[in-house]
Amino acid sequence: MGGWAIAVHGGAGVDPNLPTQRQEEAKQLLTRCLNLGISALRSSLPAIDVVELVVRELETDPLFNSGRGSALTENGTVEMEASIMDGPKKRCGAVSGITTVKNPISLARLVMDKSPHSYLAFSGAEAFAKKQGVELVDNEYFVTEDNKGMLKLAKEANSIVFDYRIPILETCSGAGAIDSPLQMNGLPISVYAPETVGCVVVDSEGRCAAATSTGGLMNKMMGRIGDSPLIGAGTYACDLCGVSCTGEGEAIIRATLAREVAAVMEYKGLNLQDAVDFVVKEKLDEGQAGLIAVSKNGEVACGFNSNGMFRGMATEDGYMEVGIWDQN
Amino acid sequence: MGWAIALHGGAGDIPLSLPPERREPREAALRYCLQIGVSALKANRSPLDVVELVVCELENNPHFNAGRGSVLTNEGTVEMEACIMDGNTKNCGAVSGVSTVVNAISLARLVMEKTPHIYLAFDGAEAFAREQGVKMVDENHFITPENIERLKQAKEANRVQIDYTQPIQKDPPDETVLANGDSQLGTVGCVAVDSEGNLAAATSTGGLVNKMVGRIGDTPIIGSGTYANNLCAVSATGKGEAIIRATAARDVAALMEYKGLSLEEAAAYVVEKCVPKGNVGIIAVSASGEVTMPFNTTGMFRACATEDGFSEVGIWPLSVQNL
Repeated sequence: MGGWAIAVHGGAGVDPNLPTQRQEEAKQLLTRCLNLGISALRSSLPAIDVVELVVRELETDPLFNSGRGSALTENGTVEMEASIMDGPKKRCGAVSGITTVKNPISLARLVMDKSPHSYLAFSGAEAFAKKQGVELVDNEYFVTEDNKGMLKLAKEANSIVFDYRIPILETCSGAGAIDSPLQMNGLPISVYAPETVGCVVVDSEGRCAAATSTGGLMNKMMGRIGDSPLIGAGTYACDLCGVSCTGEGEAIIRATLAREVAAVMEYKGLNLQDAVDFVVKEKLDEGQAGLIAVSKNGEVACGFNSNGMFRGMATEDGYMEVGIWDQN
Repeated sequence: MGWAIALHGGAGDIPLSLPPERREPREAALRYCLQIGVSALKANRSPLDVVELVVCELENNPHFNAGRGSVLTNEGTVEMEACIMDGNTKNCGAVSGVSTVVNAISLARLVMEKTPHIYLAFDGAEAFAREQGVKMVDENHFITPENIERLKQAKEANRVQIDYTQPIQKDPPDETVLANGDSQLGTVGCVAVDSEGNLAAATSTGGLVNKMVGRIGDTPIIGSGTYANNLCAVSATGKGEAIIRATAARDVAALMEYKGLSLEEAAAYVVEKCVPKGNVGIIAVSASGEVTMPFNTTGMFRACATEDGFSEVGIWPLSVQNL
């Protein structure tokens, strides 16, 4: 029986040309969130409370694509989604189409705790939020200047991708930011806004929990739902492990990626790291994604086949790591 | 090897005393829809086309909780959801919060084929439907007098339940299940495999009677209510929350893939071990043309047929039904 363990992520798929200063800011934020979670674990907060706490912090900071700083829809608005799952009883809550709730992850928790359902979306979710008295803000609060610029680039890139099927590189020499050959979800990696956030925790009593929150895809269609709120896809926890995924949503949904980690542990007897390696290698097909996971034994693991993943991991025995690029 | 098809019209607490005027039209509809699916398979239509076709028929039939005949939200409105998945490519499409589209399952297929996304919901899904020119109608088309009455009963039952529930409660009340009606948990679904082993699954529902506006259930969630890969195709029905927690549809496939179970063993395992009693029914076909339809509820409206001549149409367990 191990002690507690925690992992956080700020999205898989990182622009190789990301300025050093932004890399440092990301690492600082990940470190701050890890430390917040570690303190909570040391004060014996249950895993489900810790994942909510940490994801709230990530949502509130504008750096990553969740809460404030969320990617924008094709109409320039923000539609956020989140889900949370508690391993011991497999209780779960999820929300989509959130436009005024400051912390979607806490609304997902309330769906789990206070509604007879496990998933509420759009106006129904907003009505539930009002009834529960959670903090509401104007949609403008979530919109950052950075993201307005990115939406413009995404629209330009999209029209090229969809109208002419010509590779971005050959046609976009005028658009300064689009100089990366890497693409995810059909967009140049610098604009597709991969930076979903998530946290997984096992507490010292062996209880696992997972939480994921996102603004979704830059320039997404109104009403688009990705993997983050889907139990078994972006988020999953049971008595064996807790998992949060990030990356190309459609590939993660097809692979039921988060549940898959647990399924190969449960049905094939793999350990956590082997399970993570297996699903990243065998289950993503052409898609690019990454995930973080903890086991009830206090192990922590991450895996990704994308170009980098913002992540941080720590365990009770003193291990701590914050990174962006491939370990090798 | 050979083609096989199974379809369901929902699992739940279907009373054995279900009067003939409620039972017979549903049995007739199951037979009719099965025949449509079998003919399509014999005509070499792809399983993806077949499951869409059959689910469209089930949606159009007012006796099941999908399309016309969908149950009502707590505001008396209709919010339908549907999901379709192709086994070979694992391509999939899903919609939620659809209120004016005649066939939600066909909209799910369009999301799969005509958008870069998998899942569209509410206003965005409706806007996409208009753009695609699918058949749309006034919401009243879907609302049947029977379902107005059901909502009334559910609201009364809920009020009673809330009155007598202790004020300090650790877990929220479960998704309300009414014991007094048929088809309360009805959802429709179809799974099919052709003689070359191509698989597809589709599920469609109006959701839960008296559900909160905006509630999403298991039906549109890949891996929960619907799943297909190169081994099997699965559609689940029952209590949404329990099915979501168990990722029921994917787990049938995962048990075949990782534990080497047969289709029948895998589906039975999920129904017996993964989802609490009274909560789920599953229909599934395998690449080699097997079919299975287990449930742990009182009954499940169901029908199946295989190329070698086997066919079954039923509501309750065969041991009960044949008494």
